[in-house]
Amino acid sequence: MMERLTGAERQIALMICVVMAIVGLVMAAAGHGDPMGSHGAIVLIAAGITTLFVLRAIGEPEPAEDRTVNYYDDPTKAGLVIALFWAVVGMGMGVWVAAQLAWPDLRFDAAWSSFGRIRPVHTSGVIFGFGGNALIATSYHVMQRTSRARLAGHVSPWFVLLGFNLFCIVAASGYLMGVTQSKEYAEPEWYADIWLVIVWVTYFVLYIRTLARRNEPHIYVANWYYLAFILVMAMLHIVNNLAVPASFTAAKSYSAFSGVQDAMTQWWYGHNAVAFFLTAGFLGMLYYFLPKRAERPIYSYRLSILSFWGIVFFYIWVGSHHLHYTALPQWVQTLGMTFSVMLLVPSWASAGNALMTLNGAWHKVRDDATLRFMMVAAVFYGLSTFEGSFMAVRAVNSLSHYTDWTVGHVHAGAMGWVALITFGSIYSVVPLLWKRETMYSWKLVEWHFWLALAGTVIYVFAMWNSGIIQGLMWRTYTDSGTLAYSFTDTLVAMHPYYVARACGGALFLTGAILAAYNVYMTIRHAPEKRPERDYPTSSKAAEPAVPAAE
Amino acid sequence: MFRKILSPFARFFEFHARTHYRTERHSMALTLGIIVAAGVGGFVEIAPLFTIDDTVEAAPDMRLYTPLEQAGRDIYIREGCYACHSQMIRTLQDEVDRYGPYSLAVESQYDHPMLWGSKRTGPDLARLGNKYSDDWHVRHLVDPRAVVPESVMPQYAFLLDETLETESLPDRLAALRAVGVPYSDAQIANADADARGQARPETDAAGGASARYGEATNIRHFDGQEDRVTEMDALVAYLQILGGLTDAAFENRPLEED
Ligand code: HEM
Ligand code: HEM
Repeated sequence: MMERLTGAERQIALMICVVMAIVGLVMAAAGHGDPMGSHGAIVLIAAGITTLFVLRAIGEPEPAEDRTVNYYDDPTKAGLVIALFWAVVGMGMGVWVAAQLAWPDLRFDAAWSSFGRIRPVHTSGVIFGFGGNALIATSYHVMQRTSRARLAGHVSPWFVLLGFNLFCIVAASGYLMGVTQSKEYAEPEWYADIWLVIVWVTYFVLYIRTLARRNEPHIYVANWYYLAFILVMAMLHIVNNLAVPASFTAAKSYSAFSGVQDAMTQWWYGHNAVAFFLTAGFLGMLYYFLPKRAERPIYSYRLSILSFWGIVFFYIWVGSHHLHYTALPQWVQTLGMTFSVMLLVPSWASAGNALMTLNGAWHKVRDDATLRFMMVAAVFYGLSTFEGSFMAVRAVNSLSHYTDWTVGHVHAGAMGWVALITFGSIYSVVPLLWKRETMYSWKLVEWHFWLALAGTVIYVFAMWNSGIIQGLMWRTYTDSGTLAYSFTDTLVAMHPYYVARACGGALFLTGAILAAYNVYMTIRHAPEKRPERDYPTSSKAAEPAVPAAE
Repeated sequence: MFRKILSPFARFFEFHARTHYRTERHSMALTLGIIVAAGVGGFVEIAPLFTIDDTVEAAPDMRLYTPLEQAGRDIYIREGCYACHSQMIRTLQDEVDRYGPYSLAVESQYDHPMLWGSKRTGPDLARLGNKYSDDWHVRHLVDPRAVVPESVMPQYAFLLDETLETESLPDRLAALRAVGVPYSDAQIANADADARGQARPETDAAGGASARYGEATNIRHFDGQEDRVTEMDALVAYLQILGGLTDAAFENRPLEED
């Protein structure tokens, strides 16, 4: 892991580990008796394990390679493996969460295993653990290839990757202990938030420094999206997490905002976590891996500019569509609705751009499950953004809000778009990084594709049904003008759909497990092959970073 | 005709594409562009909410959470109840008929953070206070399906055995004051005793709680156990005050037509 670091770099890494260990020790001592103490212990253990890795490398001879002729892919590889690990954990949690709604006694009576505590483990596990690691890893890959330059630094990529995972572990273990701010997708408490800011600033600096080294006048589209993801997430994270801790030796803190201002800030954050984490970053993936795999240039450069700035500008306005008919002033609701509808234009421009890129390569889509993953992801992206813009209309939202329709929409986006584009990218990049001919088994990729697709469709249809039925039941009146159904009547009606959802989720999870196995076997057993021309070069003729456009 | 309408857009598009082609060589230009483009919307929507006065209604009778209720609220957050229960009745006829008067902004004025929620796996709780007895709540939390057979809610029997941690309450109230909840010095200093007093009517501390938080404060054995103050006490005390901080919502406010 650390053998490609020079002696000086290993020492820096060691120093960081020692500082982290001290931080962990202080937290453990100060927070004794509080969950913060346990988190201190976790930090200490994490620092200890990393120290062992560094110490093992420190006696080794210095690397002899010439750094100018190679990309630095070790952190990318680690990031992909970790992402697959989180995929299995996070989706496994998802199936458990789904099962608890169908069979509520499936929790073994422990305090930590109740729905309210494990649900955020699922959401953070898949969004940050799986999605975040995949984004960091692919961004390292893409920024080097499209800039034709090696990563700017050898310690900082590891710091970002491992530091981010420490954040994820502290977050997930915290939920099980009941540490949460209750802000959806921003649940971790103040010390984890501060830590994430440090990691994120390092990430930004790394990105900008690598771009500055590029042997290519233009910054490729994918990088704009990754850059937007990094910058805007920092902005959202810092503002939404402003809080005052009750004590510096305990986890509990209180948000700086309250009531209606807090609601608006939270959903400004919440929807833009969707926009800049679950959309922008993954569009970066799409814009690199799809043309690369299809061996065709992006259909339209102009369309990609239009959709990029459209997404960056419009998305920020739409958070208030989470608060229709609430105590939020109506003018803000109207703004949110209007911008949500306008957002359809840049969203479909992106989806259309991706699909048009495939035009002329449909035979490849038919034969190559990896490319099919990306194609279907683009379709689901188009679908869920259309659905989202529709649900943002006040009249529609009056029915969909608070019901499973929202959950169906979430998973059309999250499973159909985010997870599928990630799996497609992983399958196309793993053989390249480990210098293998192909994936260990293309049949397993094919199986994964159909399992994932079936799982998503079952999940989404079940939730559409249950959501719309519940929404309608809530608002049905009898002839005498009283409400026709009690709340529990609607619960009974949901049960079959909850069972179906758990089954669909299980199929999806099976696919993810196959993916992890397939990647493991590729690393271990697939025949070796050196890729041609996968190294930094300043000569344009040798290899365009991505198939050239226009 | 169609071309004429579109031509300014086409020119803008063309101009934009060209400028972009030039600027995308500069990473810092991109960085600034992204920050500005992404900064506008949030600023326009959020900043006025702090400055426009009628965003939050005036409610002179608005009272604060007692330390016991605040501790209960913290447990509500810890257990993730907000993942399934909203506390925001929308301005829709069926919601008003089902749950009660629609929620006003002022009702969550002191909620750091708000718990409006986004999913109703269970019913809305904004007007839960005084709807059921304490005993019903305790039985329901200990075993939801014993009370509502169809329920999918997890059971929280362990709350009945956990002694409530009250020593940190002064710090917690002080932090809340720092973010804008008007607790007095006396309320902060006595938070620990007041919390225990509210759940032990027979002790002297009970008088302190009602003196500092008003005669209308609920003071009783919420969990039915007389000898100790548990997390169940705190949670039930919180549930019983939901919707009861002010009467503002009950003043006759017809639904606006939409
Ligand atoms: C194995 C597949 C999955 C299953 C079985 C599953 C199941 C669930 C369940 C049961 C919930 C709770 C819904 C509720 O409260 O009613 C949920 C919420 C959520 N899941 Fe998943 N999930 C899966 C995959 C994913 C993936 C891949 C992502 C993201 C990349 C994701 C993101 C989310 C989000 C964001 C929520 C919160 C939704 C909201 O607050 O409205 N899930 N999931
Ligand atoms: C044009 C694009 C989109 C628009 C206008 C949009 C709009 C909406 C609306 C109206 C809601 C329901 C809010 C409510 O009633 O509570 C929602 C929820 C959500 N959407 Fe989208 N959506 C879009 C795209 C996406 C995509 C691509 C994803 C995923 C990867 C996504 C993930 C989510 C999540 C996670 C929630 C649930 C938030 C929560 O309640 O916790 N959305 N969206």
